[in-house]
Amino acid sequence: MTASSAEEWGRLMAAAQTGDGSAYARLLREILPYVRAIVRRHHAAPDRVEDVAQDVLLTLHRIRHTYDPARPFTAWLGAIAHRRSIDALRRKVRTDASETFSPTAYETYADPAANKDIAAHEDSAVLAEAIAALPPGQRQAVELLRLKEMSLAEASATSGQSVGALKVSLHRAIRALQRALGGKVDR
Amino acid sequence: MTYETESLIAHLAEGLQPVRPLAPPWLRASLWLGVVALLGAGVVFGFSDLSMFVRRIHDPKLALELTGTLLTGILAVIAAFELSLPDRPITWSLLPAPSFVLWLGSSGYSCWRHWLVRGPNGIEIGEGPDCFLWIVAFGVPLAIALFLALRRSHPLSPGPVAAMAGLGVASLAAFLLQFFHPFDVTFIDLGLHLAAVATVVVLARAAARPGLNSF
Repeated sequence: MTASSAEEWGRLMAAAQTGDGSAYARLLREILPYVRAIVRRHHAAPDRVEDVAQDVLLTLHRIRHTYDPARPFTAWLGAIAHRRSIDALRRKVRTDASETFSPTAYETYADPAANKDIAAHEDSAVLAEAIAALPPGQRQAVELLRLKEMSLAEASATSGQSVGALKVSLHRAIRALQRALGGKVDR
Repeated sequence: MTYETESLIAHLAEGLQPVRPLAPPWLRASLWLGVVALLGAGVVFGFSDLSMFVRRIHDPKLALELTGTLLTGILAVIAAFELSLPDRPITWSLLPAPSFVLWLGSSGYSCWRHWLVRGPNGIEIGEGPDCFLWIVAFGVPLAIALFLALRRSHPLSPGPVAAMAGLGVASLAAFLLQFFHPFDVTFIDLGLHLAAVATVVVLARAAARPGLNSF
């Protein structure tokens, strides 16, 4: 990043505040490597870096009115990226303390008989009823991420929930559905 | 760039709505403080004994204490507005520190002079509990009003913002209290004043994330 590109980013952000979508898209694409570099200071896994970088973009989007064009853009952006990286790190520590990662939990099998636990609960009426009974945030997470098969970023932009909040809501929703359906719902 | 991130950028840029940038924090703080000053003046002129206050204000110790209390309130509110923005350093939270020291020092001197009030029944608590309730009762509504003004910033670090807001409104309530406080503070008074300020700060800090519409 050079001084002139930082000034240019400031100009693009000021244009974005007036509603210039093309300036905004260009700005978000140009700042992405800078954002990723800051996120990488706190997170190592590439998919996690991408998740947090997306969260930074969403945060920037929601608080874009707090940017003062008279002040340096990179200081404003850097503070957001740093803060959201730390927040993501804290969430990860909390989650890791209470959850166990199990890659096999995501597997299904070619032999339908092996999936009998899932099939036993494919009664759509029962499942729909259980989903309808979820709190609104969890229900929305299930609908967007599982039923509509949106990506986390798309679901976040649609719902207004952060990527982290969506993950937590989905996790809680799955656990609630497991309890409601006798512990036999796959993630 | 991954497809997912590109898709997110396209989604955010599509149909982008214009936004009105926030006014500078000093201006927002000044407006908020101006409204509170008007309300405070109404309370003072409507309900306090100003002649008593005018007699007491000639005491330089009280003048210093009042200056320290008022400056702490004003500077802490300014610090809260500054800290609510992402690119402001945490050192803004030191802004009210010198005036807070002045407040404590001048009150402490009064304590040294009066220490404890002794009455027919020994050491008396005096008006301390009423002062505690006053600061909390005025501080909490002011904190709610200040939180409403700060919410638009969506502070990324709501804790320090809320703490500064709590200190600011509690100090302003303590300043207002002096117009209804016809005696020098004793050790117990000062302790209860500080306990009341701490209570408001702790309450504000506890309500930080939802109260400030933070992420």
